[in-house]
Amino acid sequence: MRALFRFEFLAGLVLLTLVGGAVALSPWLFPDSGKTMDFLARLTPPFVNEAHWLGTDPMGRDILERVVVGGKISFIVGIFSALGAVTLGTVIGLLAGYYRGFWDSFLMRFADIQLALPFILLAITVIAIIGPGLDRIVILMIVAQWVQYARLVRASVLSLREAEYVQAAKSYGLPDRKIIFGHILPNAMGPLIILATLNVANNILLESSLTFLGLGIDPLTPSWGGMLADGRNYIQTAPWITIFPGLAIMFTVLGLNLLGDWLRDYLDPLGKTNT
Amino acid sequence: MPIVSYFIKRFLQAAFVVVVVSLLVAFAIRMTGDPAMMMLGESANITEADLHNIREQMGLNRPFLVQYWGFMSGLFSGDLGDSFFRGAIAPLIWQAMKATMLLAIISLGVSMLISLPLGIYAARHKNSWGDQCIRILSLTGLSFPNFWLGIMLMLLFSVTLKWLPVSGFSGASSLILPALTIGIILTASNLRIIRSAMLEVLNSQYVMVARAKGLSEHRVIYRHALRNSAITIITYLGLQFGALMGGLVVVELVFNWPGMGTLAIESIAQRDYPILQTVVTVLAMLIVFVNLLVDVAYVMLDPRIRLE
Repeated sequence: MRALFRFEFLAGLVLLTLVGGAVALSPWLFPDSGKTMDFLARLTPPFVNEAHWLGTDPMGRDILERVVVGGKISFIVGIFSALGAVTLGTVIGLLAGYYRGFWDSFLMRFADIQLALPFILLAITVIAIIGPGLDRIVILMIVAQWVQYARLVRASVLSLREAEYVQAAKSYGLPDRKIIFGHILPNAMGPLIILATLNVANNILLESSLTFLGLGIDPLTPSWGGMLADGRNYIQTAPWITIFPGLAIMFTVLGLNLLGDWLRDYLDPLGKTNT
Repeated sequence: MPIVSYFIKRFLQAAFVVVVVSLLVAFAIRMTGDPAMMMLGESANITEADLHNIREQMGLNRPFLVQYWGFMSGLFSGDLGDSFFRGAIAPLIWQAMKATMLLAIISLGVSMLISLPLGIYAARHKNSWGDQCIRILSLTGLSFPNFWLGIMLMLLFSVTLKWLPVSGFSGASSLILPALTIGIILTASNLRIIRSAMLEVLNSQYVMVARAKGLSEHRVIYRHALRNSAITIITYLGLQFGALMGGLVVVELVFNWPGMGTLAIESIAQRDYPILQTVVTVLAMLIVFVNLLVDVAYVMLDPRIRLE
């Protein structure tokens, strides 16, 4: 029980509840989705105008409103890409670890290729060709990242398939499907959950980088990466446009990293996730 | 497995990866459309004869695999052909590569200067307040986008304090901010690995023996422990090389650093795809080569490693 009240857990939970809660409530808090322009209050600095606590951008749009509304994109990309990659990676990892053979060599060669092409390079090439967009980024992340989950699951399965309870299940004549999903998978879940948490964090960072490069989300949709790209030209005159979305990314990702770190100590004391 | 056949097997694996990645990139680039049309732009009076001439000149009417072979053999002989709009590709890549490698090496140096003493301190004082602070600091360092850190450093040192140039490539002072940005991000991840590598070594018997002999703590740490944890640290750095290159791409753009990342993004903006293809292929080959080198060094440095 004491583990629940570790600093990492509490701090991570507080950060994520604050940012995630605000983002989840944004349709009610800011029904116009951060698009209203207050032309009389363009480039207002933060903490001077009660109507615009975090200031405004060159088009008079409220920074606080856009930071809260823009978080939606980051959470959607982070969560859906991780979910997709976990699902695909788990299935292939289970097949490769349990049956070895073709699936195993397919997986390992794919892992080699993935190691040679960092995500940003892959994304730059592919998005230059197919064009940017929310769905494309999510799909690209799934394609690029399933392999880490598959390797993790494969490693767990390789040791679990020799475990006595799996041998016992086999001797009962249980079909492979039941052994894999009923006995092996539940025991391989811990490291998967940890990796997925850290991956959501990492994908939020990647999405912001791509959008910043102009290869991510449509510039008209409020997003943290897009706000950073907009603010870059005003860094000398209106730095607040860049500071607040960056802090929002930092708090969200730090919250996820703290939770991931705590989960690692809690679910994986032997450190399998590190391999 | 004897060591020579291990090296051969590892080399063949690396070659396979290079072939697959470069084929994928070449194929993907072809999907962007007719290069001859892109080169001539959207002017209204292009004739079929113009297009034919361009295709003939650039060898675009040869089969895909022949073009691919031409590209790859050019890569090894140093003749990278021409870009659409910026002349020969080889000097562009060479200049950009020099700038990127310079930044990568200095950043790695900066990171090692910060992370080695801090990591060693954290391992020696495990679970102390200092260790916890370092742990939280390194987690925080992994939590912001690298380009945002770059912009914030620029805001502090260039805009507010006016100590350093904002961006570009004008002497040693323009190297400081980009190297610091990448260095800090690298430090955040290196710290953890140095701490755990040192912890493992500090608990070993030979460190106990060294201490029992009455050697000074400094000698124990730097002559015995650090040397032995170096293998783990170097391997990790090698594996991080790909991530380092990926990170550089974005940070270079923030600081207008004339490296491979800036070249890639510029070539996308101008739709100059031969440059993009070369940049991505060269970087992927470099990453494969570094990983191969690390694997080979790993086996050479530690003969106990079992070759499977």
